Amino acid sequence: MTAGVDLGVPATQAIRSDEDVVRVRQLVRTTAVAVKLSLVDQTKLVTAASELARNTLIYGGGGSAEVTTVEDGRRRGVRIVFADQGPGIADLDEAFTDGFTTGGGLGLGLSGARRLVDDFDIWTAVGEGTRITVIKWSR
Amino acid sequence: MERVPILKIGDILLVSIQLDMSDQTAIQLQDDLAERIVATGTHGVIIDITALDIVDSFVGRMLSTIASISKVLDAETVVVGMRPAVAITLVELGLSLNGIRTALNVERGMELIAASRADEWDEADADEDAETTATP
Repeated sequence: MTAGVDLGVPATQAIRSDEDVVRVRQLVRTTAVAVKLSLVDQTKLVTAASELARNTLIYGGGGSAEVTTVEDGRRRGVRIVFADQGPGIADLDEAFTDGFTTGGGLGLGLSGARRLVDDFDIWTAVGEGTRITVIKWSR
Repeated sequence: MERVPILKIGDILLVSIQLDMSDQTAIQLQDDLAERIVATGTHGVIIDITALDIVDSFVGRMLSTIASISKVLDAETVVVGMRPAVAITLVELGLSLNGIRTALNVERGMELIAASRADEWDEADADEDAETTATP
């Protein structure tokens, strides 16, 4: 599981609409700037958050994103937990294949997001929901 | 929902995206632009993304779709002003932006559109010349 000690109080953003996906991006951007991620790392994290927040909305039927500043003793980072109580993912291997989609998108959301962050952890159960935790560390 | 304005400058349409677009706003822009291309009969569209601090797969797909739609409507789309960090992220995300022409800034984008129109005129002229010489 992803490591890291919480440094601050997590900020939670509900994901119920298109506009909420925009709000998740803004919250993540603000936190990434505060943690002093490089510009490229900020961009990667916000892009990954955008993909995952959209997944939470479209596939998970809505949910939330919890953004926290963390540290592991040497460096600080941003952790985001995307959670929904949707249908879950039946076949994870398939879901992580570039180009695979059930939603009419490009099929780059999950696999692309995983490439853009440092730590990526997924829990999913059919009929219960999905919980994805990502961390981007400062260099 | 906010809307992205489309400006007509001379013979081209200029879209400068200045806000963090929701997916609905992006789809609306796609529709608005198709209508304006037909209404104005333009042959060139420039989409300025200087102000965008990310391009995710949804916006990337929108840009590709706009380029395809405009091609069918006899217009060329050039995307300008992509930030270096955005370019790096796009590649890592796995998005190739197929069929999209890019230029560093609006000025270069306008040159690109003017040049490709000029090429088309040259080809048309060459065709006419060939026809004239063929008929004695």
